[in-house]
Amino acid sequence: MPSSKSAYSFSNKKEKFDTHIIVVWVDNEAGVLARVVGLFSGRGYNIESLAVAQVDEKLKISRITIVTTGTPQVVNQIKLQLKKLVPVHKVADFKREDKAVIFKEMALFKIVGPNNKLESALKACKRYNPVLLDKTKKSNVIQITALRREIDKMSKDLKKFGLVSVSRTGAVAMTRGADIFK
Amino acid sequence: MSKLYSGAEIVFKCMEDQNVDHIFGYPGGAVLPIYDELQNFKSIKHVLVRHEQGAGHAAEGYARSSGKPGVILVTSGPGATNVVTALTDAYMDSIPLVCISGQVPTHLIGTDAFQECDTTGITRPCTKHNWLVKDINDLASTIHKAFEVATTGRPGPVLVDIPKDIQFQKTKYKIPKKEKKLNGKSHNHFNQNSIDELIELMAKSSKPIFYTGGGVINSGPKASELLRELVYATGFPITSTLQGLGSFPGDDNQFLGMLGMHGTYEANNAMHDCDLMINIGARFDDRITGKIDEFSPNSKKVHIDIDPSSINKNVKVDLAIVGDVKTVLSSTLKSLKQKKSKFLKSNKQKTSKWWEKIQKWRSVRSLDYIGSEETIKPQYAIERLYELTKDKDSYITTEVGQHQMWAAQHYKFNKPNRWMTSGGLGTMGYGLPAAVGVQVAHPKKLVIDIAGEASVLMTIQEMSTAVQYNLPIKIFILNNQYMGMVRQWQELLHDKNYSESYTAALPDFVKLAEAYGCVGIRAKTPEELDDKIIEMLNTDRPVIFDCMVDKVENCFPMIPSGKPHNQMILGPKDQESKKITGKGKSLV
Repeated sequence: MPSSKSAYSFSNKKEKFDTHIIVVWVDNEAGVLARVVGLFSGRGYNIESLAVAQVDEKLKISRITIVTTGTPQVVNQIKLQLKKLVPVHKVADFKREDKAVIFKEMALFKIVGPNNKLESALKACKRYNPVLLDKTKKSNVIQITALRREIDKMSKDLKKFGLVSVSRTGAVAMTRGADIFK
Repeated sequence: MSKLYSGAEIVFKCMEDQNVDHIFGYPGGAVLPIYDELQNFKSIKHVLVRHEQGAGHAAEGYARSSGKPGVILVTSGPGATNVVTALTDAYMDSIPLVCISGQVPTHLIGTDAFQECDTTGITRPCTKHNWLVKDINDLASTIHKAFEVATTGRPGPVLVDIPKDIQFQKTKYKIPKKEKKLNGKSHNHFNQNSIDELIELMAKSSKPIFYTGGGVINSGPKASELLRELVYATGFPITSTLQGLGSFPGDDNQFLGMLGMHGTYEANNAMHDCDLMINIGARFDDRITGKIDEFSPNSKKVHIDIDPSSINKNVKVDLAIVGDVKTVLSSTLKSLKQKKSKFLKSNKQKTSKWWEKIQKWRSVRSLDYIGSEETIKPQYAIERLYELTKDKDSYITTEVGQHQMWAAQHYKFNKPNRWMTSGGLGTMGYGLPAAVGVQVAHPKKLVIDIAGEASVLMTIQEMSTAVQYNLPIKIFILNNQYMGMVRQWQELLHDKNYSESYTAALPDFVKLAEAYGCVGIRAKTPEELDDKIIEMLNTDRPVIFDCMVDKVENCFPMIPSGKPHNQMILGPKDQESKKITGKGKSLV
């Protein structure tokens, strides 16, 4: 008899995981986010980040952007399973490496410290469209927009300048050029 | 001004317009306004169950045997949570159900009110879709939408949660117009090129096989007719999943029997060795494929399914045809007739070697068992039941376990919608309430639940329902006093440690039957079995048949866990003879 004492078979195959950005257009109704997120958790798919907001007030359409990882087969399943949900209108899938798509995340940093450190912090952010949202004698709140790994890096680098709090969004995505995803 | 209707009335108005004639339910505080209206809608008959799970399975049996959606009515809180198992069961086996549940009044939602639970939250992962109706003006359109979602595409369960205050509020009722908008959920994506490609593959193949599933049944009786036509027109062998039994005649020579974990030797070996596999409405379930890495290694695979997410989920296929089985089969047959009118003739020679091989596998006679004159072998009991009922157009339901597999192996089905069994979820306790639902849909037909004594005790309370409505269902219990399938796995995989699989205090089923007000019959020896079965068939009342069978019989053949199709374990008779020749060892 087989050594596995189970009614199920196991696979030892290790496959490569890719990072994908899945964009879902849904009816903005009660429970719709729970449906989408529940599908991911229920079927064991990953969610690295999530961003949701209504984008069409008249039609009540929300756009959900999910960053996920999985084998090509899993990513394909994610798309097909999402399309089956009743409130889902369409599903787009972009690879993170895709040059034709813009991905952005936003972060807010609160820096507390002497003036020179506040200045240095702001300077360190200059590659990522920094906006000074709030300033006191002892503190700054800086907003940047950048890629995930860039924000990861800044969250580390700013520690030495007195970073006390970080708030960040999930990624949002949009295709380059005049075309839109249909 | 048009008439105003209460929410409770609208529930029934919608059901009338959906041609619902039976609902299965159980009253309670949060659905009392709906129950109050029941008497005013004479065309809708309510079947009072004894537990909401029973209502769910009865609705499943009703739906599977009639092709119409099953309708359930339950109260809030425990009423709704009790039906969750049945909803999940229907979701796994693609059965259309519409469940209406009561909810506490809207102003109490979220306050942990009496019998409140987050019904839509709890049932979200086990329904195709669900709704909480918070506005009386949305009620009618929501219920009609619920019926549409349940019955279109890949069928499944839906739930509409209606707070009690909404049931009292009044509004106008009009039948909503059918929405054309499918929201991207259209179900026939295939084009003629795919059909042509399929026909080319069929023409090239020398070792083809049809592998068919519940999708053929769900597509309606016409799909089964077309399947038969296609199978006869090609001369190919065909095997079926547990759920697909009946779509092709079980006693036909081209039928290899069921495949999978307890499928026949010929079906599984043919699946392993074929060069073309045509999957029609099945989903490459893990009980079917065995070890996935070694599943049918050298075949081209075609997958016909209405659900795009079934394609490439477990097994990568070479040609996917997304569509309703009936539509795809009718296109295929049309093209086959046009392009290869002499297909059968030209193909006979090409597949003759394949058929020889299949005959060799067949000659193993993998469903054989060692008979006995002292004890009733469970397989023998099913065989006799089949022989004595085969001319009656009978409907069979089952529970889950060894008896279910023996029924699938030894009872031959010739028509679709005659076989109701819990496959995906494997719900013990399914068969008795399902039989209630089947008998409600087909009052004049013979309905038998082939049961195990452990399973049947999980929903035995529904005997009371059968008695109340004069439903002459026959509960045919293969009583071995063990949870047989659990015992079998423990014997084979857990060193015969029979942990908790023996039921030491079973009820006397004959007395139990009498207590419920139905008829109890017991058979103890093979000699008396036929007479007792005939006695059961001649009883026009519900019967519990206590068939005392061999306690330690195992269900063979069997694909052990983690093994591919061509490494089956055969029954004891075969293992014995193989041991002598030394060839059998590789199979064990």
